[in-house]
Amino acid sequence: MTRESYVNLACLAGLILIPLWAHVSDEPFTITLATRAVILALAALGLNIALGIGGLVSFGHAVFFGIGGYAMGILAHHAQNYTPIAEWPFLIEGTKSMPIIWLLATVVSGIVAFLIGLLSLRTTGVYFIMITLAFGQMLFFFSISWAEYGGEDGLAIYVRNGFPGLNTLVPLQFYGLCLAILLLALAFQWRLAKSPFGLALNAARQVPNRVKAVGLNPFKLQLVAFTISGMITGLAGALFADLNRFVSPTMFSWQLSGEFIVFIIIGGTARLFGPVIGAALFVIIEHVLGGISDYWHIWFGFLLLGIVLFGKGGVIGLLAGGAKAHD
Amino acid sequence: MSAILVIEQLLNGLQSGIMLFLMAAGLTLVFGVMGLINLAHGSLYMVGAFAAAAASAATGSFFLGLVAALIGAAAAGAIIELTVLRRLYARDHLDQVLATFALILIFSEGTRWVFGSFPLFLDIPDLLSGPVTLPGGIQYPLYRLTLILIGLAVAAGLFWLIARTRVGIRIRAGENDREMIAALGVDIDRLYTFVFALGAALAGLAGALVGAIQSVQVGMGEPVLILAFVVIVIGGIGSIKGALIGALLVGLTDTLGSIFLPQLFRLFMDPAAASQIGASLASMAIYVLMAAVLIWKPTGLFGAKA
Repeated sequence: MTRESYVNLACLAGLILIPLWAHVSDEPFTITLATRAVILALAALGLNIALGIGGLVSFGHAVFFGIGGYAMGILAHHAQNYTPIAEWPFLIEGTKSMPIIWLLATVVSGIVAFLIGLLSLRTTGVYFIMITLAFGQMLFFFSISWAEYGGEDGLAIYVRNGFPGLNTLVPLQFYGLCLAILLLALAFQWRLAKSPFGLALNAARQVPNRVKAVGLNPFKLQLVAFTISGMITGLAGALFADLNRFVSPTMFSWQLSGEFIVFIIIGGTARLFGPVIGAALFVIIEHVLGGISDYWHIWFGFLLLGIVLFGKGGVIGLLAGGAKAHD
Repeated sequence: MSAILVIEQLLNGLQSGIMLFLMAAGLTLVFGVMGLINLAHGSLYMVGAFAAAAASAATGSFFLGLVAALIGAAAAGAIIELTVLRRLYARDHLDQVLATFALILIFSEGTRWVFGSFPLFLDIPDLLSGPVTLPGGIQYPLYRLTLILIGLAVAAGLFWLIARTRVGIRIRAGENDREMIAALGVDIDRLYTFVFALGAALAGLAGALVGAIQSVQVGMGEPVLILAFVVIVIGGIGSIKGALIGALLVGLTDTLGSIFLPQLFRLFMDPAAASQIGASLASMAIYVLMAAVLIWKPTGLFGAKA
């Protein structure tokens, strides 16, 4: 086993043991914090497939997070008000069932990611960063002006949605559900990175011309990666909305897109557990610094600046060494 | 719908476009010359607006406020260039994005710490307040008209600076080949600090001028920053001419879209639904414009380099 595997195992143990400990010592708030960290980690993990493996610096991944959130919000909103979503061409009703919500969240995020990717991937480098950012703003403003679903105020959902066989209102059970999804996503990413597709995608980041020369199309590889990436972040958005029982345009905000990138960099780019460690650290820092000062973002800003300027490879690079370079 | 309304809206679009140009010009210069993507450019806009509001509240003079905006933003720009940004020129774009994202956090929260969360107000000077009658009997606010004229004057000055002066020659040479001009004895570090401070001063000026018609508050810079990104993506990164054309296109599309799209939909829908859909589409119009330009020309209208 490499040192990175030990770090990953320790991280996994923490994800399982800390909430169990909090459950035993009756501290539900700690479980809520852990759930938040796990969901944000899932969102950043989605981005890491595009950014870490594919080298696509998307500054608009909050788009998919927001779409997932609104998929949950709209379905549950109609279900709690007993109004149909559409009556024509056939009756579509809302639902409070998580699996259906997740399906809708991932499918719609995937379609939007495909469309945004189709346009944005025509460009590279700094153009790509700016264009994904602009698409993020486009959906942000759209959600603000969409008065039917709360506009700027967002939608409140009074009761958390259900999952067959679980009581999702119990914090530990909802946490377990989110953790299970995160672990599945981690397993998926681990397989993906080793698959022929993952290897080709990695190569397309490093030397696109050679990838072309062996007969593969970098654009197609990147488009598929971007779509998968958006779907995972969309699923995280649906879970996040369910955690807060609230969805609003802030889920589309560009700050959130920036924070997803920050999670990956703090943890370690293209590392399997990078987003998990990054998101967990962010939630801890937010909680600790937020308790000390209202202006904690300043100190977070300085910390981030220090990591970018002087730290290479993030926390995992620090603990496990052998930074994997990103281009 | 009268011709007067159309002309008024055209002028409004021109005004917001030319202010966007002041933002976009600095952004595109910094990218063209140093290869740096600077998210903190919006913070410099905010710094300018706060410097102007504080200075004009202290002295009672709007014009001293403008001077304070120029100096404050240029100084803030020079400081971040000297301390942080020059370490980033050789790094990849991801590092630049993150470091300047961190700078936004520091600037925004720092400003909130000093000035509080409530918006400040910057009053239009008496000399420039009130309407003016244009040929054809159109009443238009004098201040907005002044903004258009100031913006056009700055644009002309900038084109002159780049095309006709020694500094401009060095800036253009720095864009093409930094090693060569360094070898010819130009102090490249000083040139970079100058370019960055110039861009910052333009952003600060825009912040102060627009701050007088909107409110001066924390977070005012980022929406403008993102619009400026759209502008330079449309115009082509690194091109001042592209920034000007792009800014005017974005300003006009945004202003005219939010007025005329709801009216367009009212022709064949009921008014409530029309204004709803029209407003939604208008808020997305500039991004649709950007997407259209990119499909046609992936490096923007005047962007030669990929």
